[in-house]
Formats: sequence, C-alpha cells, structure tokens
Amino acid sequence: MTNKEYIDYVNKKTPNSKILKNTVLAFIIGGHICCVGQAFSDFYRIMFNLSVEDAKTAVPITMVFLGALFTGLNLYNKLARYAGAGTIVPITGFANSIVSPAMEFKREGLVLGLGAKMFTVAGPVLVYGITASVIVGLIYYFIGGMM
Amino acid sequence: MAYLGSFIVGGILCAIAQILIDKTKLTPARILVLYVVAGTVLGALGLYDIIERVGHAGATVPLMGFGNTLAKGVMKAVNEKGLIGVFTGGITAAAGGITASILFGFLIALIFTPKDKY
Repeated sequence: MTNKEYIDYVNKKTPNSKILKNTVLAFIIGGHICCVGQAFSDFYRIMFNLSVEDAKTAVPITMVFLGALFTGLNLYNKLARYAGAGTIVPITGFANSIVSPAMEFKREGLVLGLGAKMFTVAGPVLVYGITASVIVGLIYYFIGGMM
Repeated sequence: MAYLGSFIVGGILCAIAQILIDKTKLTPARILVLYVVAGTVLGALGLYDIIERVGHAGATVPLMGFGNTLAKGVMKAVNEKGLIGVFTGGITAAAGGITASILFGFLIALIFTPKDKY
C-alpha cells in the first residue's frame, strides 16, 4: 500500500467511524436523559399522586429547569461536547438553547440582549411548532367530522 | 420496562438527529424545528401515541413530544370549542413547558455568567 493509498484509506474510514462514535454517544446520553425524565414521572405520580396528564406537564417543567440550571453551571455544555444530539433533542437541550445565548448577550442589555437573544433558537421552534399546530387544527376542524 | 423503553426510544430519536447533523448540513436549530414539526404531524396522525406507548419518557422528553403535545392540544380544543380552539389549543396544552422555558431561562441567564468569556 503506497502512502497515497493509505491516506485515501484513512480519509474513507475516519469520518464514518467518527459518525458511528457520535451516534452511539448521542444514543446513550440521550437515552439516559430520557430515563431521568421517566424517573421524575414515576416520582411525581407515586409521591404526589399526580395524574398521568399532570405528570406530563410536570416532567417537562422539571427537565427544562434542570437543563437551564446545568447550562448556567457550564456543565451542560461540557456534556454536549460528547453527547451532540443526545443533549440537543431532549427538552433540556431546548432550555440550553435559551440560556446559552441569553447569558452570552446579557452584557448587551437586559431587553435587547438577554430578553431578545433567549429566542434565537426557541423562537423558530415556537414559530414552526405553533404554525404546524394551527394547520393541524384547521384540517381537523374541516375534515374532523368525517374521521 | 418503562426505563428500557425510555432509554431505547429516546436514544434512537437522539441517534437519528446525530446522523442528520453529521451526514447533512442541518444545524442543531434546524433539527429542533424539524423535530417539533415532525412531532406535530405524527401527533395529528395518532402515530406518536404508538411511540409513546413503547417509549414513555423516551417519547415525551425529546422535543418531538412537544410537537405531539401541540397537536393533541389543538385537536382536543377543536372538539370542545370549534374554530376558536384552532388558535388556543396548541399553546394551552404546551403552556407549562413554554412558561417554564421562558421563566427558568430568564432567571438562570440573569444569575449566571458564561464561564470562559469573563
């Protein structure tokens, strides 16, 4: 194998094994974050007698708080370096996407810095999520009777 | 079993996003938007219920679950209030998560400063 062949071989192999490693890490860490959510769900239902529906509201609130807190403590970003999408996809990542730019731009003021930059990522998520829900609602309203 | 389901379903949803990030030019922000919209569509079609039955928190904690909540809320509100429900249902169902995100996001950002910047 010549040098060039070897380099081609390395270039061909490296990205894929990196993707595999990233994917496995995202799977494991993301899976664990969801298990934390499940633990809170069980905890609220057993200790506070919350209904399944109420637990479904309480768990995201808790996870958002934890995601925001660990971002403030600079721990979430450290985990995210390994976890990638494993820390982006859970709702803790949504909280992280709010706190990170808000802290960053705080020095530009509390209104147009912190207040506005909170929504750098959360804004688009809400825009598209809510628009999608309205479209779903309209379709359901007009053809729902037939279903 | 709920924990095994949570781990596997939550893990798979994260793994799919990681592959999308590595293989395409999708940024994390676009992934989150994609996941919320996908969750809304799957929720509207009743397919997310199946994922949730297997995945428990593995289905509700990822942001796709937020989309499912929006879809479920808007359909419930349309049943109860008709056209007004189209406007109120989604946010009403997701109010807890949205308010918590804004409140805790604001408070934490107010209290903490980024570590390596100052």
